[in-house]
Amino acid sequence: MKNWLKLHRIILLIIAAGLVTAIVTLMRWDWLPNYYGDLLSGVWITLVILFFTCILGITLAIPLGLFQVTGPKPLAAACKLFCTLIRGTPLLLQLWLIYYGVGSLFPQIPWIRESLLWPYLREAWPYGVLALTMSFAGYEGEVMRGAFAGVPSGELEAARAYGMSRWTTLRRIWLPRALHRALPTLAGEVVLQLKSTPLVATITVVDLYAVISKIRQETYIVYEPMLLLALIYLCLTGILVVTFRYFENMIPTREA
Amino acid sequence: MAGSDKAGLEKAIEVIDLHKSFDSVEVLKGVSVTAHQGEVIAIIGGSGSGKSTMLRCINMLETPTKGTIKVHGEAIELKSDGKGGLKPANQDQIRRIRTRLAMVFQSFNLWQHMNLLENVIEVPVHVLGRSKAEAVEMADSLLHRVGLYEKRDTYPAFLSGGQQQRAAIARALAIEPEVMLFDEPTSALDPELIGEVLSVIGDLAKEGRTMLIVTHEMKFAQEVADRIIFLNDGIIEEQGDPKILFSAPKSEHLRRFISSIG
Repeated sequence: MKNWLKLHRIILLIIAAGLVTAIVTLMRWDWLPNYYGDLLSGVWITLVILFFTCILGITLAIPLGLFQVTGPKPLAAACKLFCTLIRGTPLLLQLWLIYYGVGSLFPQIPWIRESLLWPYLREAWPYGVLALTMSFAGYEGEVMRGAFAGVPSGELEAARAYGMSRWTTLRRIWLPRALHRALPTLAGEVVLQLKSTPLVATITVVDLYAVISKIRQETYIVYEPMLLLALIYLCLTGILVVTFRYFENMIPTREA
Repeated sequence: MAGSDKAGLEKAIEVIDLHKSFDSVEVLKGVSVTAHQGEVIAIIGGSGSGKSTMLRCINMLETPTKGTIKVHGEAIELKSDGKGGLKPANQDQIRRIRTRLAMVFQSFNLWQHMNLLENVIEVPVHVLGRSKAEAVEMADSLLHRVGLYEKRDTYPAFLSGGQQQRAAIARALAIEPEVMLFDEPTSALDPELIGEVLSVIGDLAKEGRTMLIVTHEMKFAQEVADRIIFLNDGIIEEQGDPKILFSAPKSEHLRRFISSIG
C-alpha cells in the first residue's frame, strides 16, 4: 500500500477522476435510459456472433493447420491456399462478396427458396457469421499450423513408442499440446475478432455498433454514444483477456 | 549370468540380420542380437556406430531396411516398400507389441501439458484401457519408488533433468513392460544428476528385468550388465561378459574406444 501511493500516481488519479467527472457532468447522457433495451440486445448480438464465429472458426482452423503439417500434399496445398486467400484480402470485401454475391444468388435458385433453410437464408446474419467464421478460420489455421509444427517431435515419438494410435496421439497429445502453445496468440486473435464484428453492421445486422449508429442518427448526439461504444468494447476485451489468462494458467509454463 | 545357463530361458528379443540405411548411408550392416528373459544388455560404441538406431528398430520407431525383429518369438510383420526396403505390414500388431516394450529416451520426452501423475497414467488408461483408479494407485507407488511422489502434481518443465528422467522411467514401468529399452538415458543430463538416474536403472536391473541399455557410462555398464555389445560402424565387433570384455578387449577398435572414454 505504501509503495503504491506515489506522487505521480496520485496526480494521475486526480486527472482521471476529473476527466470522468467532466464527461459525466458536462456531456449529455439523458438519452441513455431510452436505449437500455437496444444496447443490451446489441451487446448480446455482438457476443453471440463473436462466440459462434470463434468456435466454428477454430473448429475449421484445426484441420486447416493439421493438414498443412501432415499432408497429403494436395490437401495441404488447398488449406494453404484457403488461408492465403482469407489473409490476403480485406474482411469487408469477403463479407460483401458473400452477402451481395452468394446472398443475391440464392433467391434465384428455386430449390433453395423452397428449402427449410430459406427463412434463415433470407436474413443477413448467416452471411455475417459465415464471413467472420471463414476469416477466423483462415487466420487461426495459420496459427494452428505453427502450433502443430512446434510440438517437440520427441513427445509425439514417445506417444508412438507407447503404442498410441495416430488418432489417440492427436487427441491426447498433439492437439492439446498445440492448443496450449497457441493459447496466448488465440487470446489476441479473439480480441481482434471482437473488433471485426462491427463490420456486420454494413449488411444490416443490428449488433452493438449498429445500435450506437442508430442512437446517433436519432438523437443527433455525436460523441457521447461513440464514447460509450469504446467503453463497452474495452470492457468486453478486458473480460476476454481475463478469461483466456485463466485458461492459460491451468497449465503452468516456466518463464524461459 | 554366464552363457551356458541362458539356453533354457525364453528369448525376449531376437534381432536377426538387421540392416538399416538412411538414404544411401548404411547405418546397420547386419546385426543379430538375442536378449533372453531377465538379461541386461548394455550396448556401447562411438557416435554413429548405430547403437541408438538398433534400439529404435526394435520397437519400430525406425523401420529396418532388412532383417527380422522377434518379441517373445513373435516376428514383427514387415513387407516390401517397393524401393528395396521394408515397411510395417500390420499397424495393430506393432501397436500391441509396443505396449510390451517400454522406451526411455535421451531427452525424456515427457508430455509437457500433463503433470507427472497424468504422464504416468496416460498410457495405462488411454492405450491399455485400465481404470483410472487402478492406474493412479499404480502410478503413485511407481512415483514413490523413483522418489517423485511429492512432485506428482508438478509439470515436467519445473523439474530438473534427473527428475524428469526418473519420471520417464516411472511412465515406462507403468505399462508393466516385458522389455525395457534405454536410449542413452543419461546423455542429456548434467554430470551431478547422472547418479540418481543410474541408481534407479541399476535397481531395476537387479530385479531380473529384461533390459537393453544404450549408454556411454562404461562403469555403470560394467556393473549392471550381464553382457556388453560393442557396435562399431554398423556391426557387432565384440560382445561378452563385461569383466572380460573391458579387461581384455580383442578388437583394436574396442581397445581404442575404451581408452578414449577413459
